[in-house]
Amino acid sequence: MTTTSPENQQATVHRPSVRRFILPIAVALTVLFCLAPILWELLTSFKTDDAIAEIPNVYFPSPNQLTLDQYQKLFERRPFLNYLFNSFLVSLASTVLALGIGAPAAYALARLKLQGERIILAGVLIVTLFPPILLFLGLLDIVRYLNLGNNYLSLIIPYTAINLPLTILVMRSFFQQLPKDLEDAARVDGYSTPRMLLDIVLPMTLPALATTGILTFIAAWNEFIFALTFITREDMKTVPVAGAQLGGASPFEIPFGPIAAATVLGTIPLVLLVLIFQRRIVQGLTSGAVKG
Amino acid sequence: MDKKLDLVALRKAYTPTVVPVKDISLSVGAGEFLTLLGPSGCGKSTILRLIAGLEQPSSGQVLLNGRDVSRLSPGDRNIAMVFQSYALYPHMTVYENIASGLKLRKTPSGEVQSRIHEVADFLGLHELMNRKPGQLSGGQRQRVAVARTLVRRPDVFLLDEPLSNLDALLREHVRAELKQLFGSQNTPVVYVTHDQTEAMTLSTRVAVLNNGYLQQLDTPERIYTEPANRFVAGFIGSPQMNFLQVKCEAGQAIVGNSRIPLPLGSNPKEIVLGIRPEHVHVAQSSNEPALDGQVFLVENLGMHNLVSVRIASGGEPITVRALLGMEHRLATNTPVRLAFPPDSIHWFDVGAGDRVEATTPSMVRNG
Amino acid sequence: MVDYVRAQERRTGWLLTIPAIAVLALVFAYPILRAVWQSFFTINLGNQLSPAFTGLDNYARMAQDGRFWNTLWNTTIFTVATVSLELVLGMGIALVLNQSFRGRGIVRTIAILPWALPTALIALAWTWIFNDQYGVVNDILLRLGLIQTGINWLGNPTLAMISVIVADVWKTTPFISILLLAGLQSIPSDLYEAQAIDGASPWQSFRQVTLPLLLPQIVIALLFRLAQAFGIFDLISVMTGGGPGGGTETVSLYIYATVMRYLDFGYGAALVVVTFLLLVLVVAIASFFLSRSRKRASGAV
Repeated sequence: MTTTSPENQQATVHRPSVRRFILPIAVALTVLFCLAPILWELLTSFKTDDAIAEIPNVYFPSPNQLTLDQYQKLFERRPFLNYLFNSFLVSLASTVLALGIGAPAAYALARLKLQGERIILAGVLIVTLFPPILLFLGLLDIVRYLNLGNNYLSLIIPYTAINLPLTILVMRSFFQQLPKDLEDAARVDGYSTPRMLLDIVLPMTLPALATTGILTFIAAWNEFIFALTFITREDMKTVPVAGAQLGGASPFEIPFGPIAAATVLGTIPLVLLVLIFQRRIVQGLTSGAVKG
Repeated sequence: MDKKLDLVALRKAYTPTVVPVKDISLSVGAGEFLTLLGPSGCGKSTILRLIAGLEQPSSGQVLLNGRDVSRLSPGDRNIAMVFQSYALYPHMTVYENIASGLKLRKTPSGEVQSRIHEVADFLGLHELMNRKPGQLSGGQRQRVAVARTLVRRPDVFLLDEPLSNLDALLREHVRAELKQLFGSQNTPVVYVTHDQTEAMTLSTRVAVLNNGYLQQLDTPERIYTEPANRFVAGFIGSPQMNFLQVKCEAGQAIVGNSRIPLPLGSNPKEIVLGIRPEHVHVAQSSNEPALDGQVFLVENLGMHNLVSVRIASGGEPITVRALLGMEHRLATNTPVRLAFPPDSIHWFDVGAGDRVEATTPSMVRNG
Repeated sequence: MVDYVRAQERRTGWLLTIPAIAVLALVFAYPILRAVWQSFFTINLGNQLSPAFTGLDNYARMAQDGRFWNTLWNTTIFTVATVSLELVLGMGIALVLNQSFRGRGIVRTIAILPWALPTALIALAWTWIFNDQYGVVNDILLRLGLIQTGINWLGNPTLAMISVIVADVWKTTPFISILLLAGLQSIPSDLYEAQAIDGASPWQSFRQVTLPLLLPQIVIALLFRLAQAFGIFDLISVMTGGGPGGGTETVSLYIYATVMRYLDFGYGAALVVVTFLLLVLVVAIASFFLSRSRKRASGAV
């Protein structure tokens, strides 16, 4: 790199100037693309009915066009706090279960030489590609047979299952990176297998479990088709289904304001998760997809 | 009773073709420091894991103090091990790391404390007791790993390349420390390394391994002066020993234009002559038997020059490397006469590579 | 000699794996096998939901079912359009996020936001954006003078399809960006430096370095997205319900309606089986290319 040919000089002079103009524009477009729809919904949820219905649209409402009425109307119409609670309960329970069942399996697949390990892994990989529509009919059978309709278990069990493949893949790639020396040291120290798993392996696994747990929580919170099918009691519905079913008294009266308010409230927990755990989410997604 | 470790006809096969350990038998007594030395893949780490019980032998036995422990799990064997990565539990403090093995063995808490205190005194670890491994330097971690084994007072110490994660400067220092430390324990030590300097400096005996077989088990001195075969001769010593495959005639090896007498009683058609670069020197007088050659490469090693010389011969050219003092100012392409002192020559069988015994009077056997 | 270490390892291994296998079998394998079985029966309101074995009747009916073929066509259009748009856009965003600039961390966070939000609620937001009277899309087009009166986006089959495609592209592009960004970060920078010294233009180094080395990630993203897009349900169900006039009805929506609205369980099961087989076919073709591209990539480095 000590000699500088004419072409080289040209390249080094040429490229930064392109970057200086194009990069900020590209960044701005990316931000606009990702944020605009969310911001529009947020703005709508704080506007008065009149401001919502004003043509042309109001992008910069005056103070008297802003209100919390839409949220108030939402809570008057529907038990929205119930929905949030339901979503939270179901997502948390299925996350805990998916980690509790998936992490041990991932450990076994990463560390212990099982017969048929490749078949199990292939199965897990294939199953990640199953859309839920293929499953709901058979699950409906099970739900009816076990009389689980309108029972949180009818969501917790399928959510656990749909999150298991991701959990297994992410955790397996984590365990593969974990130095095996530590487990050997524990065995030389005299740990039994269960105590080694609980006292030595588990504490080191907590960060990876957190990463995976965020992904499974998001997936469970967002699930729609099972929640739509297995839960019909109003006060047991989850946020996505309840939000989608927020209709007016007549087909012509669509409550745009409360719908916007519901969208905002239903997405806030996830926005917070993303803001706090951005790095972990990216890390988890890529290790689940790419290394699997 | 003295502590003792015996390996009897130990063999480990993962599959019929993957057999890292083939028929290893050896004994290590109290106060002995045995090093398993060999290139990667020679089976040395597998042997250590077999002793520890982390793997089970396909056949053969591991005896600790005369008792067969082959079927016991690692925790029931009373062994202690220092791992290459040290394997300190990252979520536990130094104290908890050192104490964990004792606590699992239900050692009374008073004794746990006094033993840890003693070891901490010994290794100077008192200030580190409440830190986590992540807050320690490489050298400190290594000490903690050693402390964890010492505190256990095991029947055998196992060390798996414990110096390889330290930088060169620290390594020399810790090497000396390890020698003193384990020398005072009166317990068998089995040490695995691929570094011959470690093996030569630390051990009372060295087991050189290759391809799952024991090549030679001897004191460091004997491994160097009397390598059992061509593999050991080539593996031990740096720069590597020169090997010249030469024709023989009437009990003499023909090297270039010179003739060197073979060991008494042997009369093969061909033989491998081995001589270490540090034993080759420049011929002092014209009547000393020597080989004529031409320098083609000089590498400055600081204290010495490593000089590569092409020996004139009838057939294909022979290359000999010599470690020469700085007083020889040899430039490339200058002619040089190299002498091989007969006492320093090793002879090896052409086929199997086994040592051909020399009965030169200068060698005094003491075994 | 019995290897007790290995034997114990194996026992522990199965103990740890069996709960997961059991749950996966219950939720994934049973429904598919059950659907295969049910698809040979007629179970609908016509026979008071009492199963009657009718062999391959359900499959024969499917061949004649224009609505099924229409939904299959819609699914194909939706899948091809969304996946290819998302791939191009996702690649662009990944390239932007891979540059170094101030505030990159925040921009990366923003860029994964759409992926994390509930699809059903996002569908509501896009319904509002495409609203014919108050929608922001029409407002912008009117202000720019591109149209004179508001367009009824969700009231026309073609426009409705475009609307749901746009919404899906917005929602799932971030997923592809994340995967591709991870791939970009794993490309050693000295390859680009070597290209620069050779005097390659940015486009040339993109073609010669980035694309070939990114191929495995691209194909993986493709695989995931093909399967997801093929089974799309929530977004379309909320935005258009499959309408207008079946213009956006995908196979998933048709299966759901067959079972939940018409209570035609046997036929629904047959639809599930055929969709499953089609999906397997698509995935098999994609993974064939995946393994080929992986081989090529590993050969190149």
